Amino acid sequence: MTIAALEDSQGNAPPSVRAALEDPPLVRAALIVLALGFAALFLLLPLVAVFVEAFSAGLGVYWKAISEPVALQAIKLTLIVASISVPANAVFGVAAAWAIARFEFPGKNLLVTLIDLPFAVSPVISGLIFVLLFGAQGVFGPWLIEHGVKIIFAAPGIVLATMFITFPFVARELIPLMQEQGSEEEEAAISLGASGWQMFRRVTLPNIRLGLLYGVVLLNARAMGEFGAVSVVSGHIRGLTNTIPLHVEILYNEYQSAAAFAAASLLALLALVTLVAKRALEWRIRRETRA
Amino acid sequence: MARRQNSVLPGFGLTLGFSILYLSLLVLIPLSALFFRTASLSLADFLAAVLSPRALAAYKLTFGASLAAAAVNAVFGLILAWVLTRYRFPGRDLVDAFVDLPFALPTAVAGITLTTLLAKNGWLGRILEPLGIQAAYTPLGVAIALTFIGLPFVVRTVQPVLQDLEAEAEEAAASLGAGRLQTFYRVLFPALWPALVTGSALAFARALGEYGSVVFISGNMPLRTEIVPLLIVTKLEQYDYAGATAIATVMLVSSFSLLLAINALQAIGRRRLAGEGAAP
Repeated sequence: MTIAALEDSQGNAPPSVRAALEDPPLVRAALIVLALGFAALFLLLPLVAVFVEAFSAGLGVYWKAISEPVALQAIKLTLIVASISVPANAVFGVAAAWAIARFEFPGKNLLVTLIDLPFAVSPVISGLIFVLLFGAQGVFGPWLIEHGVKIIFAAPGIVLATMFITFPFVARELIPLMQEQGSEEEEAAISLGASGWQMFRRVTLPNIRLGLLYGVVLLNARAMGEFGAVSVVSGHIRGLTNTIPLHVEILYNEYQSAAAFAAASLLALLALVTLVAKRALEWRIRRETRA
Repeated sequence: MARRQNSVLPGFGLTLGFSILYLSLLVLIPLSALFFRTASLSLADFLAAVLSPRALAAYKLTFGASLAAAAVNAVFGLILAWVLTRYRFPGRDLVDAFVDLPFALPTAVAGITLTTLLAKNGWLGRILEPLGIQAAYTPLGVAIALTFIGLPFVVRTVQPVLQDLEAEAEEAAASLGAGRLQTFYRVLFPALWPALVTGSALAFARALGEYGSVVFISGNMPLRTEIVPLLIVTKLEQYDYAGATAIATVMLVSSFSLLLAINALQAIGRRRLAGEGAAP
């Protein structure tokens, strides 16, 4: 039975039914106030506070804080880390999604579960495991020291820990997307004589590009903002192994609040750009699937 | 060997091989290093590290604060999801987009910001101080930071269920004479609870391992405001690899068990939705 059966000639449901379907105005108002109050307190206020604190000592201090050599070095290292971990995990995500969404093989469910594993691991433990492998006391420690290769307390360790933390992002976006899209277009391309690479470039990539971009946006935000894992492997060597989040921590602990928030405002800006890009992509994906 | 189900598509061996190799090198082998290291400890050493008073205090704080944060998020997350899917008001889309802020904002930024807000002379601390509430450098502060971090989980798991819920069931209940509250209890809540519990469990799991947003606000006093991830870092900085590894193993096993439970819950939720869709 649907409500249509009870509607009068004007298409209105009887008052008693409508009352049971809609929340009373007072409840509505109360819930909206509660929800918006919670959102304002936990989301809006911190975001505003970052920028207010960043500019609290004036524009001069702000500019100096983000343009001093140590800050620039932190920005540079952050960009390097992202420029390695983003493409690596994006390529993995596409490959894994292709194998999982297009073929049947034993152990597929296990593989999908294992791909999600890094999301269940604390950032601190994600750093710890690389210290256990490559640290001075680690499995490969003595060999690395002998050959003069530094991984822990150096950039390679930071890259590895970030790659681990951001491992699942692209794969978990693409697997359900490609499963839903099905393989008919790709099969058609192959049977019309396209090579594997042609099929990928002309059919697969255009079909998944928005989902891929979506995963990359989230992956990049996490790669640039990761703190716990990177903190464990970095050794906090100023001007050498600090990413922006680690730089923020050092300044904050040295009571240079305005400078810390100035550096933090760069990351907050990244978060805002990420949210806007995420929204825009969601909107386009919804429009494309409807079309 | 793998069956390819007569697929004409190329690249199976290449992509699966690369995926498994990359997964093994980056995730499986490093993670197994943790378990091998733990296995090399004697049982006595393991228990001494895992059951020390300092570790026990850290578990209590971490699990307690994570649970409190998950509970707050269950209530307010449900209200937020409800308001965002069911009501129309100006700024709704903006609020909806901002729900993901805790995912996008780096944890260290959240940490120093919440600490500054809640410190004695901060915007919120100034209001709380006269009321006798101290949030910064107390377990309350830890719970607040974890609430921030977990906020999107409940909203984002409940929202799609609320959207997909057939209006028909609600309408039927209403036309059969159920009141609004009765409709909520009898029709909406039974469909919602798997998502609500899943979302809260995800927020709880995230909170257990959280580090960046908590270290600044907790004050890091051993036995009082020291969370487990910080205890691991402290042990590591003191070159107590055995202690750090043992405690990390306990946390990792807890997280994995929780993940399995969440997967089971999600299966229940899916079956419930599918069952409803199939009903005539």
